[in-house]
Amino acid sequence: MCLAVPGKVLEIWEKDGTRMARVDFGGVDKEVCLEFVPDLAVGEYTIVHVGFALQRLDEQSALETLALFREMGELDKEFGDAWEIAATQAGQEVPRS
Amino acid sequence: MKYLDEFNDPELAKRLVDDINATTTRSWALMEVCGGQTHSIIRHGIDQLIPKVELIHGPGCPVCVTPLELIDKALEIASRPGVVFCSFGDMLRVPGSGRDLFRIKSAGGDVRVVYSPLDALRIARENPDRQVVFFGIGFETTAPPNAMAVYQARRLGIGNFSMLVSHVRVPPAIEAIMASPTCRVQGFLAAGHVCSVMGTWEYPPLVERFRVPIVVTGFEPLDILEGIRRVVHQLEAAEARLDNAYARAVRDEGNEPAMRLLQDVFEVTDRGWRGIGTIPDSGWRLSEKYRDLDAEYRFEVGDIATEESSVCRSGEVLQGLIKPHQCAAFGKECTPRNPLGATMVSSEGACAAYYLYRRLQVPEVAGIG
Amino acid sequence: MAELLDFEGWTCPAPLRDSPTIVMGHGGGGQLSAELVEHLFVPAFGASPSGLADSAVVSLGGTRIAFSTDTFVVRPLFFPGGSIGHLAVNGTVNDLAMSGATPAHLSCGFVLEEGTELSVVGRVANDIGTAARAARVTVVTGDTKVVDAGHGDQVYVNTAGIGVVADGVDIRPDRARPGDVVIVSGEIGVHGVAIMSVREGIEFGSHLVTDSAPLTPLVQAMLAVTPDLHVLRDPTRGGLATSLNEIAAASHVGVRLVESSIPVPADVGNACAMLGLDPMYVANEGKLVAFVPRESADAVLAAMRANPLGTAAAVIGECVEEHPGLVVATTTFGATRVVDTPVGEQLPRIC
Repeated sequence: MCLAVPGKVLEIWEKDGTRMARVDFGGVDKEVCLEFVPDLAVGEYTIVHVGFALQRLDEQSALETLALFREMGELDKEFGDAWEIAATQAGQEVPRS
Repeated sequence: MKYLDEFNDPELAKRLVDDINATTTRSWALMEVCGGQTHSIIRHGIDQLIPKVELIHGPGCPVCVTPLELIDKALEIASRPGVVFCSFGDMLRVPGSGRDLFRIKSAGGDVRVVYSPLDALRIARENPDRQVVFFGIGFETTAPPNAMAVYQARRLGIGNFSMLVSHVRVPPAIEAIMASPTCRVQGFLAAGHVCSVMGTWEYPPLVERFRVPIVVTGFEPLDILEGIRRVVHQLEAAEARLDNAYARAVRDEGNEPAMRLLQDVFEVTDRGWRGIGTIPDSGWRLSEKYRDLDAEYRFEVGDIATEESSVCRSGEVLQGLIKPHQCAAFGKECTPRNPLGATMVSSEGACAAYYLYRRLQVPEVAGIG
Repeated sequence: MAELLDFEGWTCPAPLRDSPTIVMGHGGGGQLSAELVEHLFVPAFGASPSGLADSAVVSLGGTRIAFSTDTFVVRPLFFPGGSIGHLAVNGTVNDLAMSGATPAHLSCGFVLEEGTELSVVGRVANDIGTAARAARVTVVTGDTKVVDAGHGDQVYVNTAGIGVVADGVDIRPDRARPGDVVIVSGEIGVHGVAIMSVREGIEFGSHLVTDSAPLTPLVQAMLAVTPDLHVLRDPTRGGLATSLNEIAAASHVGVRLVESSIPVPADVGNACAMLGLDPMYVANEGKLVAFVPRESADAVLAAMRANPLGTAAAVIGECVEEHPGLVVATTTFGATRVVDTPVGEQLPRIC
């Protein structure tokens, strides 16, 4: 379930007492209901499911997560695989997982 | 798309895959309970990259688990003259006991696909002389939007609108699966967008009771790999905790305005899951206050005798007891073209996903006419 | 009438088969459409449909003529970048071009709903005229019928076309061979998404306009490199995936794609992500996919890229001996997935 995609709020207005927004998904935009994230502001990102904003997208958190992914494997690249080094030093075959 | 494309980076995926493969000292069986995650896993082939991790595709497709009885009620209502029956696209080809919504349309029914329940509301306003019914299915993610349509219909006095509701909840499903004596699941990926709405507070009791790691996980390949990675690290360290790997869209407390509306518009009920059976308190129906907007009452559909295929083993697939290609009907009598059961209908259903994307690995069904 | 239909050859009976009527999926270009042709029309007409080709090549007095027809029922009639009129001309022109023919003459039949505004019909007619001039074809014959209000949907158009096929050109869906290179002429999914953006129930804001265009000059440029192109197809209904599956089945070869090499514009990708659709199944109206003998592939690709209709042409895969009839793709993550024929229309999803 839950096909929901991140989009950027372009403008906000009210229709029939309901808070609505135009949200951009990278060249395509859609009218979205903001009633569940009422403090969302223009320029912020939100997760949209079936025409409704369900949660603010925390950009900081997204960037931190990506940074963590990028760091993964970096240490290996710099220092090499610990098992490999140990095995080579001991003159033994490198263990394979 | 910003904040989506970055989570599809193959180079970063490789790092996550390497970490998972380097960490696993033995095989582990994980389950995802989310059709969107199932779709993503199979479409991108994520499970092929991590051989020691078995991904069991749980009952996470609301299209697939909607009870047959309710589908038949939907078909009955959609066939009534003067009714405009609106639905998400997913539901149109789900077979009832003998027909599907496409056939109803073929017979002259006014069946329309909408993107949002608010579209159905608009159709109701534009067609005051017709009864407009919306098929309100889904997990907790879709419940607030559906609730809002009902709430607005009441508030704006749109009397010709009603909703046929069949919502299901994830935590009771996890409980039912874990409590089953044949359960093989050792760790769970919790559905990220369900948690965007409901928060994470429903899961610690499950973690405690069953000593099973539960990691809230997103939908893009990097998100799914990260969710798996965190579960695997816990399992290797014999830990069992709730963890949130989708922090950019999930807060522990969830979405308060959404949950408040759910409290008002819906009430918890026992719900039958197609292929599994009734799970207590696992669903939502319209509350007493909104009973007059409930299509089941407005249309007095009454009792329907349902007829499931005797050959279909989707229940066992949904519980992870068998893989789709282990069912004798898979790829033969049962294909996306002629689905016998729910799991073959929507591309999130495990059987359909397997058929669409994986036939190559199952030589007996790989050939086409 | 029922006794004339033999259901034995159809896939196994299941509850849905009890009272068969036409459903929307029969027009979707996928499996249902194919089955309708193969099991209902072909036996009735008493001929094989020559591998479900876009057009037929027949011989008349020693000259090889490509002959094709197509009917247009698109809704809405007018959409970003074009109308049913443009599609009606370019659709048939392209069907002829996919046989390697030089399209020459069209017929044009209208079914008009009583009550349709003359200005609407006038606009469609003007678009047909404009498109015909751009495609260098002439509409030489036509017909008009009117049906009662409430029947038919304002305007339906059928066009049929003919063109001469030069000697040495033998382009058919069953000519693909292992080793052939698969080339697409440009970015996919544009037309379908442009239409969806104005379709009631799922409309959204977008700058995308239809890619409807006559492909004759592009095909001529490719034939100038070598007359021995094996297969050409314009992937309209059902998108690239459907066309590739039809060709793989007709030629009894496997097709192996590299997903990351398939050109998709960002807007199309994003619209599809929003609706839960796969661009490979979305209609195109100004693109072609070609199966080219390996030794000519580089030169053909260069000729395509030098032509305005093929600047974004790209190699997306190859034909193989393995898994005949199946189209398989390597995902961006290095795993394998089958790219299947859709059953009916692709629908937006919430999951």
